[in-house]
Amino acid sequence: MTNLIAMTAAEASTLALREEFALDENVWALGEDIGRGGVFGQYAGLQDEFGPQRVVDTPISEAAILGVAVGAAMVGSRPVVEMRFSDFALCAMDEMINQAAKARYMFGGQSKVPIVVREPTGLWRSAAAQHSQSLEAWYAHMPGLIVVCPSTPADIRGLLKASIRADDPVVFMEPKGQWQRTGEVDLDDQEPYELGKAAGRREGDDVTIVSWSTQVHVALEAAERLAEQSIESDVIDLRTIFPWDKDSVSQSVRRTGRLLVVHEAVAVGGFGGEIASWISEHEFHHLKGPVARLGAPRIPVGYAPNLEDQIRVTAENIVDRVIRMINEGEEETQV
Amino acid sequence: MNAAQPGPDGLIDGYLTMLRIREFELAAIRAHGEKLVHGTLHPYIGQEAIATGMCAHLRQDDLMLSTHRGHGHCIAKGAPLAPMMSELFGRENGLCGGKGGSMHVADFSVGMLGANGVVGANIVLAAGAAHEVKRRGEDRVVVCFFGDGAVNRGPFLEGLNWAQVFDLPVIFVCEDNQHSASTRTSTMTGGEGGGARARSIGLTTIDVDGNSLPDMLAAGKEAVSIVRSGQGPVFIHARTFRVTGHTATDLAQWRDTEEVERHAAADPLPLLRARILSEGHREDELLAEERRVRTDVQLAYDKALASALPPATRAFEDVQVTGNPQIGAF
Repeated sequence: MTNLIAMTAAEASTLALREEFALDENVWALGEDIGRGGVFGQYAGLQDEFGPQRVVDTPISEAAILGVAVGAAMVGSRPVVEMRFSDFALCAMDEMINQAAKARYMFGGQSKVPIVVREPTGLWRSAAAQHSQSLEAWYAHMPGLIVVCPSTPADIRGLLKASIRADDPVVFMEPKGQWQRTGEVDLDDQEPYELGKAAGRREGDDVTIVSWSTQVHVALEAAERLAEQSIESDVIDLRTIFPWDKDSVSQSVRRTGRLLVVHEAVAVGGFGGEIASWISEHEFHHLKGPVARLGAPRIPVGYAPNLEDQIRVTAENIVDRVIRMINEGEEETQV
Repeated sequence: MNAAQPGPDGLIDGYLTMLRIREFELAAIRAHGEKLVHGTLHPYIGQEAIATGMCAHLRQDDLMLSTHRGHGHCIAKGAPLAPMMSELFGRENGLCGGKGGSMHVADFSVGMLGANGVVGANIVLAAGAAHEVKRRGEDRVVVCFFGDGAVNRGPFLEGLNWAQVFDLPVIFVCEDNQHSASTRTSTMTGGEGGGARARSIGLTTIDVDGNSLPDMLAAGKEAVSIVRSGQGPVFIHARTFRVTGHTATDLAQWRDTEEVERHAAADPLPLLRARILSEGHREDELLAEERRVRTDVQLAYDKALASALPPATRAFEDVQVTGNPQIGAF
């Protein structure tokens, strides 16, 4: 049975929290202004429903917000930490990297830190350099962390639930430009989604496009346009950046022979590089041409709309790149 | 403060705990010289009365967070010596299976939630542990030790403010040994230091001679009584002196010789011993107890030495539950 309801990403977030709060007393949330619903309404109504001890308003003290969550998790709870913007989490990097990510390991398994650190991420029109970054690759680099980058309301619900139940620290990065995007959510399916599992968003045999977060929607738009030229794209939404779903990407690439990885983050050192090199190492003989990447240039995010647009990978960029990949392959075949 | 006069038994127990810490540190320093303890080692020598006087009032289910200079805290909270020494040796039967070493020694079974390699980082973690204790409505107490160097870190402000705003059951113990690594703390600290900063945030603050076990016992008792009865956080400023350098190999020769000698002469251990004997305790009995402490430490050393290093594959365990790496893979 399904009971599909259209809701926004923010509503899907409150639904997931409401469901997990009801199931487990150890789940609670802390962050600035979340009693009033949070910056994007992703906690709307929860403090009224569960009280100020479960939905805790905090000082503007990022290191303490994250550090308190780590300490509370070590004593047995499952805090959901709100960082407002991924950029602000940088004020708490010792707590994230030296404490949360390492406690299990350096104490020889005596401890676990089951926290979810929510970091709304990515471009948000003219939010400029300190409110727009995509930093998922940093966290993917750090042993001990799970990194989730959902793109739809259903995934925000299913993956947030999974992240709350996970026994590891999870960096959960909602695309902040997508909070009001509507999508269908199955109210009857209360099971968490599997972490580390990608989702196929469109099937095709000519090229594999791997993406995540907001960029998935841009990739789907590009796939639509490519289809008009009879180029069929297999669009994979990675959803979890670490651990990432190597099997799904590999299987797709074996079928299409072409891989393009697209993300909003800076291309240099971005997670697309990891996927590209993994596929090149392991699926080389299935490839019809070089793996391609698209990402932001290595510049901070500018304020003026036309400066900000220099960061954006557009559907047009993706279409052009895919057509070039296919043409390059054909030229080689002709030789 | 009005120091409640602890009975002679409390002093003897405390003295023996202090001796246990001292002997452990001397053995660890020796083992470091013998290349059996790896990496770096930050001795607690001279500061033993602080951990001892504070932890004497804690239950096993009370919680404690420690620092890079943490062996004394760990012993005072009740961690067994042999698995501690094995951890310093990096052996598989160490408290952390050889993954943590001196700076990350931990024993969650006695409420010791870990030493920490980052100065001041444990302050916000302690606030978190206390936040959870309060959220559960428990009467446990959280103790957080840190040095005077930590008062210049951001988490000091954020953690103390948090504890005060949420009225948490936590005792912050600032061990003021007057040194921040290789710098005199007073030259790098504005105003009157940690105690004044804690008072400005509204915390109940106790100033105490950290080299006097009777004074520390009294301060610890008062703090625990305030905190356990739900009257919010307490800050203890414990004055002491770091007799050694920053690490086991740091001679700290930049320091004023006269000052170091003066503090060495005021070593809390022999002074306390003399006091105990002057109060009529029999020396032959004390000597027997002291021998037992030294034997325990020697046994811990011997056991660590006889223990195996962890299998190399352990390097791949306990990273994370979801996405833990395969052995040897990246």
